[in-house]
Amino acid sequence: MSNRRHNIAFWAGVAVFLVAVLAMTQIVRNEYPFFAGYVILQFIALAVAWSILGGYAGYVNFGTNAFFGVGVYTAVALFKATGAPLVVQIAAAAVVGMLLGFAVGLLTLRMRGIFFSIATIAVAIIIETFVMNWRFVGGAAGIQLQRPAVMAPFDSYVKMLFFVQAILVVIAVAVARYIQNSRIGRGLQALRDDELAAECTGVPTLKLKLVACMISGALISAAGAPAAMYLQYADPSSAFNLSYSVSALAMSLIGGTAHWIGPVLGAILLGSTQQLLSVTISSEVNVLVLGIMLVLFVVGAPKGIIGLLRPRYRLRAGGKP
Amino acid sequence: MTPTAAPGAPLLQITTLTKSFGGFTALDNISVDIRKGERFGLIGPNGSGKTTLINCISGALLPQIGSVVFCGEDITQLPPHLRARRGIARSFQIPRPFKSMTVLENLMVGLDFAAVGSALPEEDMAMSILTRMGLAAKAGAPSDTLSQVELRKMELARAMAVRPKLLISDEAMAGLSSSEVDEVLDLLISLGEEDITIIMIEHIMQAVMRFSERVMCLDAGRIIALGAPDEVMANKRVQEAYLGT
Repeated sequence: MSNRRHNIAFWAGVAVFLVAVLAMTQIVRNEYPFFAGYVILQFIALAVAWSILGGYAGYVNFGTNAFFGVGVYTAVALFKATGAPLVVQIAAAAVVGMLLGFAVGLLTLRMRGIFFSIATIAVAIIIETFVMNWRFVGGAAGIQLQRPAVMAPFDSYVKMLFFVQAILVVIAVAVARYIQNSRIGRGLQALRDDELAAECTGVPTLKLKLVACMISGALISAAGAPAAMYLQYADPSSAFNLSYSVSALAMSLIGGTAHWIGPVLGAILLGSTQQLLSVTISSEVNVLVLGIMLVLFVVGAPKGIIGLLRPRYRLRAGGKP
Repeated sequence: MTPTAAPGAPLLQITTLTKSFGGFTALDNISVDIRKGERFGLIGPNGSGKTTLINCISGALLPQIGSVVFCGEDITQLPPHLRARRGIARSFQIPRPFKSMTVLENLMVGLDFAAVGSALPEEDMAMSILTRMGLAAKAGAPSDTLSQVELRKMELARAMAVRPKLLISDEAMAGLSSSEVDEVLDLLISLGEEDITIIMIEHIMQAVMRFSERVMCLDAGRIIALGAPDEVMANKRVQEAYLGT
């Protein structure tokens, strides 16, 4: 079957990607590419995870920063309390993100459109306020973290984090791709188009939205977990920064949300432009670039990059990998 | 899993159904039984509660008083998707296609989520429904490129993909030309011949007369006539409701 061929091609691509990333960490000596690359990979994971709820289901979540910050602080709290290794921190962040997704979903997913988006912003503010007043993890002043020793075969912690984030990207993409091609994906697409018609055609809309919110939340929190070790520092106003929400949303929309490759392309394009500009001009220009790109795409290519590549692409979103 | 009705028992029993929106009573104490395999016409002037009634049957609205029993099971409080799985399908007055999908994919939603234990592979099943509806040539077409009559047919086809025991057609012929009306009507009648119970809401009287075994007329949320089509049409109150006095 062609489905099987697509599967083989996908996993072969994944293997090549991971081997290339691993080889890069062994060959390249300069740490800077990893430092910058980590951020791009992080945005790919965020954008892909965001699009599971925001793209497939059409529920625009503005609370990416809530899930991201919860991921960061789950890792921080766990590390400070038990000195748990990175893998455990990430796994715990995913679990907490999933629980948060369940709670937030249950409270907010009955709202539609802009009301849902506003409610998710409120969630981020509530959690940020809570963390600001939580002494154990440093409160509003933030907390310094001492990285543990790096594990073989890596010779620096940043390189290891780069590889770890690459794995998180693969997990996010594999999950998004699975959902897109499954019954869940078809149900989400149906409810995005018309929620009442979907219900009357047998789609359990609330359940599917909850599942999408939980999966999206778990993946976003997992992608955020290594950030504390990456910066060796965490503070509430950067961990819960609204720019994570805006970036994840902009990257997904610019790439196109009908297919998992859309957010990946959007994040690569926007993420690398931002990295380039931060070095050559200033990090302040980033916001401007993000804004201009978003406007250009909304006007010129409302279906995103993938819409430009194949005009009727959205129609094939149901069945292709 | 789904209980089947005892022979002779009604497929759908509606008892003292009342639905009000604020101070406005859209449905007032409606009781009616619909037999298995029946072709049931539902008429009434605009705002008489026809669509509210089928919204209460399909689960889009919940009534304040009364009950809806389907195949012997009380479904008054069930959400719409569980009713669809038990075999209640509907089309919408204003077509509501899944517009980012092709015609075939629209049908696949129902087959994926509501139709249980299909004998054929899903795509074959969807194609056979489309062939019945005369939409086979449009299977791969984006649903937002369809004409009005094709959209109406797709609404019915998507409802059929749920593999319903009860099909509710809400003004499937509104705005169609007379030859198109005949086309859609023939489709509905042929569906009725294979043991699907059909409730048809319609304003086009010839269509109602030709289609229905029984007709119910609503006015201001109440049943004002129920019986054979010509009896209902001859009813004075029905004529008053439609023509005014």
